[in-house]
Amino acid sequence: MDFEKTDDRRMLADSLDRFLADTYPIEHRNRVAYAAPFHDPERWAELAELGILHALVPEERGGFGGAGFDVFTVFESLGRALCPEPVLPALLVLRALMATEADLEPILSGTRRYALAVGEPDAPYDLDAIETTAARSGAGWTLTGRKSVVYGAQTADAILVVARDGDALGLYEIEGDAAERIDYGLIDGGGASDLFLDATPADLVLADAEAAIREALDWGRLALCAEAVGAMDAARDMMLDYMRQRTQFGRPIGSFQALQHRAVEMVTEIEQARSLTILAAARMDDPDRARHVSMAKNLIGRTTQLVAEESVQMQGGIAMTWEYPASHYAKRLTMIDTQLGDADWHLEQVMAALQAA
Amino acid sequence: MDLSFSPEEEAFRAEVRQFLAEELPEDIARRNREGRELEKADMDRWHAILNARGWLAVTWPEEYGGTGWTPVQRHIFEEECARASAPRTLSFGLAMLGPVLIKFGTEAQKAELLPRILDGRDWWCQGYSEPGAGSDLAGLKTRAERDGDDYVINGQKTWTTLGQHANRIFCLVRTDPDAKKQAGISFVLADLDTPGIEMRPIRLIEGGHEVNEVFFTDARVPVANRVGEENQGWTIAKYLLTHERTNIAGVGFSIQAFENLCALSRKSRRNGRRMIDDPLFAARLARIEIDLEAMKITNLRMLSDATKNGQPGPESSMLKVKGTVIRQALNDLSRRALGPAAAPFPSEDLEGNAALVDPDQAANAARYFNNRKISIYGGSNEIQKNILAKTMLGL
Ligand SMILES: Cc1cc2nc3c(=O)[nH]c(=O)nc-3n(C[C@H](O)[C@H](O)[C@H](O)COP(=O)(O)OP(=O)(O)OC[C@H]3O[C@@H](n4cnc5c(N)ncnc54)[C@H](O)[C@@H]3O)c2cc1C
Repeated sequence: MDFEKTDDRRMLADSLDRFLADTYPIEHRNRVAYAAPFHDPERWAELAELGILHALVPEERGGFGGAGFDVFTVFESLGRALCPEPVLPALLVLRALMATEADLEPILSGTRRYALAVGEPDAPYDLDAIETTAARSGAGWTLTGRKSVVYGAQTADAILVVARDGDALGLYEIEGDAAERIDYGLIDGGGASDLFLDATPADLVLADAEAAIREALDWGRLALCAEAVGAMDAARDMMLDYMRQRTQFGRPIGSFQALQHRAVEMVTEIEQARSLTILAAARMDDPDRARHVSMAKNLIGRTTQLVAEESVQMQGGIAMTWEYPASHYAKRLTMIDTQLGDADWHLEQVMAALQAA
Repeated sequence: MDLSFSPEEEAFRAEVRQFLAEELPEDIARRNREGRELEKADMDRWHAILNARGWLAVTWPEEYGGTGWTPVQRHIFEEECARASAPRTLSFGLAMLGPVLIKFGTEAQKAELLPRILDGRDWWCQGYSEPGAGSDLAGLKTRAERDGDDYVINGQKTWTTLGQHANRIFCLVRTDPDAKKQAGISFVLADLDTPGIEMRPIRLIEGGHEVNEVFFTDARVPVANRVGEENQGWTIAKYLLTHERTNIAGVGFSIQAFENLCALSRKSRRNGRRMIDDPLFAARLARIEIDLEAMKITNLRMLSDATKNGQPGPESSMLKVKGTVIRQALNDLSRRALGPAAAPFPSEDLEGNAALVDPDQAANAARYFNNRKISIYGGSNEIQKNILAKTMLGL
């Protein structure tokens, strides 16, 4: 048993952490995260050069990692720095394309950017409820339907769309500007779009893609859990520093037991959430991958809410301000829950697995 | 035991409801329902409508232009206003300074200032908190030194809500630096255009401009602007805080928020069914309904006590804590009901873009984040619990 990172992953984490600390301080992050294009194209290119995209894919597909712990390592660092670069869309697309023969190098090098469009207004999380349809048209296909809150679509060269052809879900590719798109910034930073597909021409990338899509989404969920762990660590450290420094009634607020117990509870819950994320990372190639991912994402959802709300409350007014970084961590931690299945949705998956056993 | 309102109270409710149906401007109600910030002009307009009817100052006695209502009438009024999506009136002049002047002000101060609050000539803001004095308000350092007929004020206030719209500020200042903490404080009124007073905006978590910092550099304020005796400001501060805490549970708000949430969850579909048919979501909703139903009655019990004893007891802190927790839970659930669609940053571009978001919901997540403030300001929930432990439980 060994819970330490391997040397390779430690080196990756160190160089990524150093890069983000040097080039992505919170002031810079807030400047780019809330204004179009909602990320920093230069930093994106540099991150790709650092090899963080290669780390998400195994060697046989041109990467140098691709295991659960590689994904964990990259996203934990991104989360700690609250980095809004669209790495998650890249991960989702890379993992979905692993089921195809596609050449991944243009994506891995950061030159060609993709987004994955899955969720819909009435089907934010559940593949079974997807209504976007694919229809044959001559040699190609057309897509009709609406995709909502597609992360990274506003800067994507191409978009992979999940659509229904009868009972089967397929994966189709459209050009980034092929469909009507409304781009917007997100309340927690970064950008997304809604897509209005109306007989939009598309190429079929993978028919009967459901298993591949489910697997790709689970990789995305693992990434979000790891991002949350990194962000929670940072939010906790900030809070504890503040509790030591801030004095009221002539003593540090950290000396009040009313806060001490809650700080300890928070730290305990973060460790619990980290443990389940580690477990999920270890189970990514197992048959019960999905159940472990859902357990982790449920606990992460519960814990991020606790950390976001309690860290703001225990720091008081200052944490309500834009200028103080804790507020931005609180927003990101809160909204992570709404990506790729919230705590309740994942609880239902865990319940269903229990009931079926 | 009788939980029903009297026929007179029911008649009063009907009168309020009719008034709101006739007089509340639709655009103001809509903005408020959508959770967007109201412009100063909107607040002024709504105040003027209430004032014309004599219903603006609900906590003041009639002789000063108030309604003279009982606590139960005030409660009914608040409930009906929430139901109609009427904005809350501004507390700084009406609920805070007004009662202070009525109790501690000179006749000249009352005669001059109370009418100006009612007719909107004065927009007050509250200068209590400082960077170093939040929960520990008595630790405030802003210094007022006597110089002839003036105080010369130096220091900084912060978190000044809607100060950008205000023309005047009421402040707690230190007039005797050698006295014990609470003993050296005075309550003074200042015009914000006094030379030496400067205001700067603070941007909040969700991006809005609602609070400010106020800097005092050798600002001269007439001694005549002091309310109450010199160095007796703490008594006033405490009196004002109890008033701030009445009706703070926001039961009316919560009832309305709950009904909106039920409507939303019947309308919106998720994963092949209505939100309300999702058992986990329905469980969350039902749990809040239970808490809210209980709080309604707790609130009425306290109102009934306050009517008998003429004063809210320390239990009002209990309601503040529970009330804020419930309101925040409602905001949380409402954000959850939207799922990923809560994520877009509310912006001018998206406003009116009904293809993308239901206008009622556009500010949903922003409201959730903004309302984290309600368990922090007006005495944080931790401080309220400290007070309760001491005064109610005698611990
Ligand atoms: C949006 C907003 C609007 C506001 N508007 C106004 C306004 O108009 N005018 C005005 O004067 N002020 C205003 N305030 C200030 C508000 O009253 C203070 O924020 C509040 O008193 C808390 O002070 P603080 O923020 O300095 O936090 P601190 O006092 O630094 O508290 C930090 C944390 O420590 C806890 N804590 C402190 N002491 C104890 C203790 N003894 N035991 C246990 N826990 C403790 C607190 O509960 C909190 O969780 C506003 C604040 C906000 C956020």
